[in-house]
Amino acid sequence: MEAIFIIEKLVLIVVVFVLTLVIAMYSTLAERKVAGFMQDRKGPDRAGPFGILQPLADGGKFFFKEEIIPAGAHKGLFIAGPTIAIITACISSAVIPWGQSLQIGGRTVELQVADVNVGVLYIFGVIALGVYGIMLGGWASNNKFSLMGAIRAASQSISYEVAMGLSIIALLMVTQTLSLKEIVAQQEGFVNWNIWVQPLGFIIFMTCAFAECNRVPFDLPECETELVGGYHTEYSSMKLGLYMFSEYINMFVSSAVMSTLYFGGYNFPFMYDLGLSQNWITVIGVLVFFLKIFAFIFFFMWIRWTLPRFRYDQLMNLGWKILIPLAIANIVLTGVITLIKDTYW
Amino acid sequence: MEPLSNRKKVLEQKPMNFWERMYLPAVLKGMGVTIKHFFRKKATVSYPEVARPYSKNYRGLHSLKRDEEGRERCTACGLCALSCPAEAITMISAERKKGEEHLYREEKYAAVYEINMLRCIFCGLCEEACPKEAIYLDGPHVPADYLRKDFIYGKDKLVEERFDLHSLR
Repeated sequence: MEAIFIIEKLVLIVVVFVLTLVIAMYSTLAERKVAGFMQDRKGPDRAGPFGILQPLADGGKFFFKEEIIPAGAHKGLFIAGPTIAIITACISSAVIPWGQSLQIGGRTVELQVADVNVGVLYIFGVIALGVYGIMLGGWASNNKFSLMGAIRAASQSISYEVAMGLSIIALLMVTQTLSLKEIVAQQEGFVNWNIWVQPLGFIIFMTCAFAECNRVPFDLPECETELVGGYHTEYSSMKLGLYMFSEYINMFVSSAVMSTLYFGGYNFPFMYDLGLSQNWITVIGVLVFFLKIFAFIFFFMWIRWTLPRFRYDQLMNLGWKILIPLAIANIVLTGVITLIKDTYW
Repeated sequence: MEPLSNRKKVLEQKPMNFWERMYLPAVLKGMGVTIKHFFRKKATVSYPEVARPYSKNYRGLHSLKRDEEGRERCTACGLCALSCPAEAITMISAERKKGEEHLYREEKYAAVYEINMLRCIFCGLCEEACPKEAIYLDGPHVPADYLRKDFIYGKDKLVEERFDLHSLR
């Protein structure tokens, strides 16, 4: 392990971390802008041109708000809740390949923080941890509404993780590897994208990703109409800000995962036919990857301002009675087709 | 019973078919609606930069009028204060001195004329009551302020600017 390797990785980690935070920050503005535009309004445009200083103003306000820890709350767990939520949100982006590799002074720099050979499992593990933040926060608040929200979050995550895992198994049967880097490398160009082989799996995965991020129409843990604020009813100041922030980071990461797994990550059509050097392909690839991520983030917001929230029994019906059987059918179908292909072609 | 109109629609409560139970077509339809609105012209008026025009009969801030020679029309008869349902108007009258004929039209004038804009309901009855056509609610809306006392508008804010007719010719 040379020193330069560690420096290289540290720089990459810092860049990814800062990018994640900045994108999450501006997602809050984008969300409000998209909401405004879809409701024939303009959205916030007072702080700076087009409201670009709005996230800074919001963040500043969060820091100056009074920090309240309720008398009946368990102080340690109350603080641990948002901490876990934000940490798990931030570390899940570690295995995502942001681009191919750059040639800098004879060195090959991989644009991926860690090429874990079980990358998909790592992401699943971290996402599963994420629900602890919500659970602990809601439980430690010593408030009925918070507890209800936390219970909903837990049962929702568990139900939808099953369908998500099953939809991923079908994908893994096609890719034959768990390493995200190899999965992306296989989806070269345009026709090799996994969305063409796994359209049903993608729809199931995306639905589950919405549920895992607690986004509308699956945002029952923070259902305002029934549960005041859900699991973060008792939270104020930056602790509330961290919960909100982790939601947006999760949205960013799941957008990245979706484009990595199904939409070819950094691959773009005709990438090797244009006669570009390796570095240029990588740079354009990174930009294309972020374009895909932003498209997904916009899609998340588009759905949010289109669909109303599910009822709780509808949520459970969709998860257990529709998505899981569909995902299993998808696995069987994938297996049969793969077998036929291997035997006759 | 005989229906009053032919607009009644009987809703069919049949179970959803396969396509409807898949939700996806309905979701896509809804997304079509929202994206249409996304590109539509916005209804927002960016207020301080763009002000929406007042309607012709809008009743806003009061102004005390002057006559064609620039003299205050108000004769402090008190009919406006009497007609005011919110009792927002107070005035103190004074007698016109010699040499003040170019300032006040009648022998009696309002030395103090105050309207409490927090009490005023902008009904326009003062305007209707005035026999001298001295008060009109033709201004913009009342601007925001910090203190209650700043909402009591005196003659300094109410009397309209002196207007020199001769300069036009």
